[in-house]
Amino acid sequence: MQLADAIRPRLRINGHHHRVLARWQVGNRQLAQAVSLAVVAVVMIPIAYLVLGAVSAGQEGIDYLIRARTLRIVGNSISLMTAATLLATLIAVPFAWLTSRSDLPWRRAWLALGLAAMVIPSYLTAVTYTEAFGPKGVLQSLLEPFGVDRLPPIKGFAGATLTLTVVTFPYIVLPVRAALLHCDRSLEEAGQSLGLNRWGVFRQIILPQLRPALSAGMLMTALYCLSDFGAVAVMHFNAFTRAIFIQTESYRMDKASVLALLLVGMTLVLLLLHSRMQIRGRHYRVGVGASRHLELLPLGRWKAPALIFCASIVFLGVVIPLLVLFKWLLGHTLTNPIQVPLNLLIHNTVGVSAVSALVVTLAAFPLALLAARGATRFNRWLVNVAYAGNVLPGIVIALALVMFATQNMLSIYQTLPLLIIGYAIRYLPFSIGATESAFAQINPRYEEAARSLGLSPWAALARITVPLARGGILAGLALVFLNVMKELPTTLILRPIGFRTFATRIWSAYDEAFLSSVALPGLALILVSAFALAIILRREEAIS
Amino acid sequence: MEYSLQADHLTKLFNGQLPAVNDITLRVRPGEFLTLLGPSGGGKTTTLRLLAGFETPTKGRIQIGDHIVADDSHFMPPEKRKIGMVFQDYALFPHVDVAGNIAFGLRGSSKDKARQVKRLLTLVGLTQFAERMPYELSGGQQQRVALARALAPNPDILLLDEPFSNLDTGLRAQVRSDVRHILLETGTTAIFVTHDQQEALSLSDEIAIIFDGKLAQVATPHALYNRPVNMQVAKFVGDANFLPAEAHGMTADSRLGEVKLFHPKSGRVQLMIRPEALAVGFDEEGSRATVLWREFYGHYQRLGLALADGTTELIARTGVDRYFQRGDAVSVSLALPALAYDSESQHVLS
Repeated sequence: MQLADAIRPRLRINGHHHRVLARWQVGNRQLAQAVSLAVVAVVMIPIAYLVLGAVSAGQEGIDYLIRARTLRIVGNSISLMTAATLLATLIAVPFAWLTSRSDLPWRRAWLALGLAAMVIPSYLTAVTYTEAFGPKGVLQSLLEPFGVDRLPPIKGFAGATLTLTVVTFPYIVLPVRAALLHCDRSLEEAGQSLGLNRWGVFRQIILPQLRPALSAGMLMTALYCLSDFGAVAVMHFNAFTRAIFIQTESYRMDKASVLALLLVGMTLVLLLLHSRMQIRGRHYRVGVGASRHLELLPLGRWKAPALIFCASIVFLGVVIPLLVLFKWLLGHTLTNPIQVPLNLLIHNTVGVSAVSALVVTLAAFPLALLAARGATRFNRWLVNVAYAGNVLPGIVIALALVMFATQNMLSIYQTLPLLIIGYAIRYLPFSIGATESAFAQINPRYEEAARSLGLSPWAALARITVPLARGGILAGLALVFLNVMKELPTTLILRPIGFRTFATRIWSAYDEAFLSSVALPGLALILVSAFALAIILRREEAIS
Repeated sequence: MEYSLQADHLTKLFNGQLPAVNDITLRVRPGEFLTLLGPSGGGKTTTLRLLAGFETPTKGRIQIGDHIVADDSHFMPPEKRKIGMVFQDYALFPHVDVAGNIAFGLRGSSKDKARQVKRLLTLVGLTQFAERMPYELSGGQQQRVALARALAPNPDILLLDEPFSNLDTGLRAQVRSDVRHILLETGTTAIFVTHDQQEALSLSDEIAIIFDGKLAQVATPHALYNRPVNMQVAKFVGDANFLPAEAHGMTADSRLGEVKLFHPKSGRVQLMIRPEALAVGFDEEGSRATVLWREFYGHYQRLGLALADGTTELIARTGVDRYFQRGDAVSVSLALPALAYDSESQHVLS
């Protein structure tokens, strides 16, 4: 397994898949290559500066690397990642099964509410948890009549794990649910006819079919935990991202880049382990017959526990954050003395997110084209490098770009273009992935048919390929928009002085302990995110 | 213009592997229907894609009409070649309706376009379907739209890549003869790729047999069936019995007794006998044989026969006027002269 193959997720799409057959021999390949090369050059910058920064630390860097504090950071990150991923899996699998294969009442509503946790950024969930579960918090005041005057501290490992579990479990629910829905019912019947009971069917027939989806979802969750900044920062848990942030804030760039390289190394190891474990089997339906409609399993006396289970998940993921935010909104106890009008925040946030989404989509277009239609070794290499954002956490990209700008292009430091470049490097893979899969689903014979009917390569692209891929391209755009809007560490470090977004506003309100000022930008962010997510999910439904 | 298409020494290598197309030379006359026939993966489709311009030849030269479209120094892109192409999966543009698909390759005023679209819809018998989207059509209808779309810009040559393979067996024969009629009516020169020998024999003016990227034989269906150049071709186009024999000029001694030959031969040969060349009956003359099995097809029947020597088995095809069953003792004789191949080279020595 090549490292590059590990970084770049293998394309998995429904329906026909034409990548192998596609031989794209048209004149615009050179142009696509040239633009791709420029994009890839920009992506390479942070990687190069990271390595340079770490190397310049020299012996000091090595000493720092093996210091007990550094090793503790490694331990912290690994234990947080492991705990949150396992917990998220433990709640995601039953949740996915209940909302897809059981007769649970209001299945679709539970699913939607459960997934809604995705639109709340980790730092926002974490901030509301400190209020709800912290000292003198909501939970404690509820428990006071029963004689509980102290709760275990929420900050630290417990809080970070709880937050990341709740925020990431949808990333496991989505693929597992899709796999459950695509399970072949006749396989289960074959299992039953061979003498397996319900549990046997689940263990021996269903679970093996879920394995690829489960491992993909767990990988996503683990990567999220490693690269997340918001939850660990709010919960004061000294994982990598927080440590890098603190070093960067105090301009100890050599130490920061040593830590950052270590973090990138860990994500790479994770990806390699994952790709090693991939079983090379056929996990899809082999038969030619039509897939039988899935039967819903009656829950019987398990209905009440199942409902309580789903309700608790929704309560943790959505209800608590919203309740706390509304409490702050209506309470108005202590307001941040620096007033920022909401419409300015909306303008900044939506503006920078929209511009970044457009930039990323345009930059991704030629790369996606090369990935889907120009299968040469050089092109594959280009595309793989462009996927680097998958292993570079936002804080790492921000650190690298700060080093680049302060050493080489001071004029660009703390300007919007640098911020947008940071977002672009981070989220380029999202857009390439969405666009590439949309291209790959298009039968290359369409383009050939257009050519045989007298259209130039450009005309075929404009009249056939792009209109057919429009849905996928737009979904990628919305995905980037959503993520840029919620992004915290890159924004904090690279933004121009005085440039405020929802995310930075929530952060500073938390940082300066004016918690009630979190309410308005927090609710606004959730609202806009929900809108963007709705667009993405509609596209997913349309595909499947 | 003697030929609509000439291809000389066409060769294509993919990434240094064995050549997919190896030194193929073809000539197609105006109005002719040429079929490229061969087993799957043998290079037929690659040949067609070279002609269309979707692949660049590694070596060789292609001329369409008076224009050289590909040689060592020139490569004309597909959109300039004035070819029409019907794809195996039709490749109808899913976001455009039937009329839009047919009009796609047309230039000129919208009035001219509309007239041409109407003419083609009439030609393929789909006038009521102009506003349907491709997914609202049956397989046979999609196939006809694909044909109309390819014919609309009046291409010099129409290329068809296994266009019937996605149709049900029942529909296939009908669509096949419809397409043949439309092509005859429009006088279109066509090159057609298939791995189905029945299809090739019934439709083509000429058939080019391609094995492993090499041209094995170019001939009319009649000549190909009756005088295949080697045993491989003989086996590929229809059932064939092979029988060792000792040839003396125009006759040969075999287990069927003395048989007549097409060509004079001498020495050890392999006789190629088509199943329908065997006369099976309950007569006094001819060799003795036993019926091993029988398959009844309505308009003919296939018989498996074991000759009296106990080792030779033959397949025969006869009319249905006589009733045979397993175990019947029958007589077999050769009704037509047999083709003889050299035992060593398996080729006809001419």
